[in-house]
Amino acid sequence: MSLILRLSLAALLLAPMGLSAGVARAEDSTVIQVTLSNHRFDPAEIHVPAGKKVDLVVTNKDAEPEEFDSSDLKVEKVIAGGQQATIHLRPLAAGKYAFEGEYHDDTAKGVVIAE
Amino acid sequence: MLAAFIIVFREAIEAGLIVGIVLAATRGLAHRGRWIAYGVGGGVIGACLVAAFAGELGNLFEGSGQELFNAAILLFAVGMLTWHNVWMASHGRDMARQLQQVGAAVASGDRSLMALALVVGVAVLREGSEVVLFLYGVLMGGASPMTIGAGGALGLLGGVALSVVMYLGLLAVPTKRLFGVTSGLIVLVAAGLASQAVAFLQQGGFISMLMTPLWDTSWLLTDGSVPGRLLKTLIGYTAQPDGAQLIAYLATIALMVGLMSATRPRVRPLPAHAE
Repeated sequence: MSLILRLSLAALLLAPMGLSAGVARAEDSTVIQVTLSNHRFDPAEIHVPAGKKVDLVVTNKDAEPEEFDSSDLKVEKVIAGGQQATIHLRPLAAGKYAFEGEYHDDTAKGVVIAE
Repeated sequence: MLAAFIIVFREAIEAGLIVGIVLAATRGLAHRGRWIAYGVGGGVIGACLVAAFAGELGNLFEGSGQELFNAAILLFAVGMLTWHNVWMASHGRDMARQLQQVGAAVASGDRSLMALALVVGVAVLREGSEVVLFLYGVLMGGASPMTIGAGGALGLLGGVALSVVMYLGLLAVPTKRLFGVTSGLIVLVAAGLASQAVAFLQQGGFISMLMTPLWDTSWLLTDGSVPGRLLKTLIGYTAQPDGAQLIAYLATIALMVGLMSATRPRVRPLPAHAE
């Protein structure tokens, strides 16, 4: 029993990893630079091609940390003060996808427009 | 102060609900309060460490360290919840009987308690690190520590209140059924955590299959709203799940239920039945 339990747990933990085997990281994706300063995104309106992988490289020029947050894009990522982070966007259907900096959501707001 | 309250409360929801469920699921186990306190304390320390090293963590694995870390601790929690439920499948009946007869903590289940304390620790660590980063940021930005502290304390109180409501709600379940209900809840919580782990692996670029959302119920309930967050913790709600997340969700349920029924003693166990 104990062996079966352990094997199953191992399978559970490793199964999602297995999916990644053989899947190349997105070398062919479009890269878009975004800066965050004074708790505002620039550009705040980001145009991306629909159906393609896109990487957003977000540079946080503020001293404070920020969390790039978007349930539309299914992304939540902390970017420490003065640091840069790459956000892999999944291929998006045409449409608008809102995002925000969770810690300063009165000013840090933006939208990704896939077209 | 309002911002501090909102952020802290939002983050305290998950940890609050999980503590409530764990308290109910461990009714009748000796020393459970101590273990859960270890979990919360360890989680707070972990949260501060993760927040302090957020930049370094993020830079690992070609910039996807944060996603890998989040996915790993979520899957670790799924493993611990599975362990607890399997343990409960073989001990739950006796525990319910003892509780009905004696009405107090009698059974000992230190290993299962340790597993659940780790789950509590993971929940506190994950949500807590975001709180620490937020508080650090606003204090650095010159906000008054008093008002931020007051807002944060109120938010935390909200999380504690949720724990209490969850716990008392579960205590209203008849003792005979209590562990069946908590085990069922734990299966759904674990399935939700597995699906969130997949989302982090996708975000980090480790999984890129079946990423198209299957449906969108954000017109009904958004992930960010308070009810959305409650349901996210309890049943893994997300407005736009994709294929990989759904597979992880269903596979976790199938695996846990399978393991639990394989472990559950037969209706009339043989006297010689060993584990």
